[in-house]
Amino acid sequence: MSALISISHLTKTYKREKQEITVLKDLSIDIEQGDFVALMGPSGSGKTTLLNIIAGIDRPTQGEVMIAGTNIGVLTETELAKWRSRHIGFIFQFYNLIPVLTAFENVELPLMLTPLSKSERRRQVELALSVVGLADRMDHYPRQLSGGQEQRVAIARAIASDPDIFVADEPTGDLDRVSAEEILTLLERLNKEFGKTIVMVTHDPSAANRARIIHHLEKGDLIPQGQS
Amino acid sequence: MNIPFYYILKNFVARKLTAGITIGGIALVVFVFAAVLMMADGIRKTLATTGSEDNVVITRKSSTGEITSIIDRPTADLISTLQFVQKDEKGNALMTYDGVTVINAPKKDGGISNLAVRGVSETAMSIRNKITIVKGRMFTFGSRELIVGTALVKTFDKIDIGDKIKFGGDEWTIVGEMEAEKSGFESELWCDVRQLQLAFNREAFSTLTFRKTSDADIEMMKILFAGDKRLNQYEPENERRYFEKQSEAMRMFIQILGITITVIFSVGAMIGAMITMYAAVANRTTEIGTLRALGFGRSSILTAFLIESIITALLGGIIGIGMASILQFFSISTLNFGSFTELSFSFSMTSSVFSGSMIFSLVMGFVGGFLPALKASRMSILSALR
Ligand SMILES: Nc1ncnc2c1ncn2[C@@H]1O[C@H](COP(=O)(O)OP(=O)(O)OP(=O)(O)O)[C@@H](O)[C@H]1O
Ligand SMILES: [Mg+2]
Repeated sequence: MSALISISHLTKTYKREKQEITVLKDLSIDIEQGDFVALMGPSGSGKTTLLNIIAGIDRPTQGEVMIAGTNIGVLTETELAKWRSRHIGFIFQFYNLIPVLTAFENVELPLMLTPLSKSERRRQVELALSVVGLADRMDHYPRQLSGGQEQRVAIARAIASDPDIFVADEPTGDLDRVSAEEILTLLERLNKEFGKTIVMVTHDPSAANRARIIHHLEKGDLIPQGQS
Repeated sequence: MNIPFYYILKNFVARKLTAGITIGGIALVVFVFAAVLMMADGIRKTLATTGSEDNVVITRKSSTGEITSIIDRPTADLISTLQFVQKDEKGNALMTYDGVTVINAPKKDGGISNLAVRGVSETAMSIRNKITIVKGRMFTFGSRELIVGTALVKTFDKIDIGDKIKFGGDEWTIVGEMEAEKSGFESELWCDVRQLQLAFNREAFSTLTFRKTSDADIEMMKILFAGDKRLNQYEPENERRYFEKQSEAMRMFIQILGITITVIFSVGAMIGAMITMYAAVANRTTEIGTLRALGFGRSSILTAFLIESIITALLGGIIGIGMASILQFFSISTLNFGSFTELSFSFSMTSSVFSGSMIFSLVMGFVGGFLPALKASRMSILSALR
């Protein structure tokens, strides 16, 4: 069986004022179903760019990105949006919760794109919030929560619609040690208990160590395994 | 759109201050807009309730109003014998021979304006709007007495019971105040037509108004008048329609002037709405990027911001209409261009004014919100998230 995420000969260039910058250069990587992958590397090495392409919010310039049998590079914008809502759970560095919505409403948001009924949505939201241990904070607004709690709500939002892949860009980058540990433990649980595939970008070696596989990026390509 | 409605509402509530300012601006514009329509409608209503559907007015064809219309005695007598003029038990025509003249008098708020004096026959009381003497008494036929429309008492100085007015070389005494179902007759002075003719040394009348027989048709009458060379200089018209037509010039003037002004104002309000919506979009850039990443489409974002803007405008519209409704308690008086006499009317909030104002505010919200909403929907996910 082929890998869940299979990237071959991926090149990404950005045009900035006539000048082209190559951010990812002929990069190939396979990520298996159920992997927990950490992406590390110096600033500007292209970690976020790679993650965004996997998540379907950025597009490859060249090369093929096959995810669960779909070549996402050829999807239209609308198809891609729908694909994201089914397959990708987003975890952002700054949580990106909607400030005017309660924890419950934030978690319910991605479910609005599913055909679930109101009561089914409620059940899913309550389940997701209890997985992250915040069932009692349902009616709280983001500003009433600590950073760590906000990130847990964000994780609940990511798991609510039960996607296969979680992408996390420096999910602990804005958190203190203790909160960061909680978040990493949660991600580990998602991976081990629920079998979710996780791709996480991090600068923090101790965070990366919680992953099963660590990939290093440098100047737009992966450093071969074992050489880091 | 799959973005929940409470998302829109909560964002709207969250930016109370800027939304409030926008609402205030739109409310003011809608207030002026509604007031203008109410005024035009009030004038139409007053004149359209003047007279009766069952009555026919005869005027001289070339006349522009009642004052410039002249009908001589023999013609008047001839018309009174026509078959579609209803007769009483004694066989007398149910017709009033009116003489209308204009005098001027000082207004309460300064300045001088025209007011109409209508000499009527006794029949006028039975065929026109219900005339109620609210104070004093009815004038006596055969004497130089007047009754005054209740609207004039409010607007004009020294036009009240007991006051004497000089015109036609004589002094006339006001002996009563009348109400006439809020019609234009409340802006007139009434007297005995015979006395008016004597005072002005005239034999002719201005207009004739008769109760038509139930089977008579106004179009038929027009054809008959046009085909008879004794009558073809005169024109029959439904009494209500006649007075309604007299308000047209005035209504048009108010509407065109008023709507031009409010359209100019509305540009300001729309720019205001646009600025606050642009600010809202700028403040929520990351949020927009997040929603898009989660899978919400561009059209959902567009709709959400557009609805937010429209809600703002509709709230402004409701407040503006609410303020304008208060005007219903006031009545004002102005010179009617149709008759060149003072006409008193009140603002009336009708369903068409209401819906017109709501549509107007909706348009403002749509136009003001469209560009910012478009900008929000056009952002790329990556640049919004950065
Ligand atoms: N939209 C864009 N337009 C132009 N250049 C871009 C764009 N996005 C990223 N880049 C450039 O691509 C390079 C890689 O960026 P990327 O964000 O992937 O790095 P990163 O490894 O995530 O760095 P960091 O650790 O600082 O987050 C950088 O030089 C950046 O300036
Ligand atoms: Mg990065």
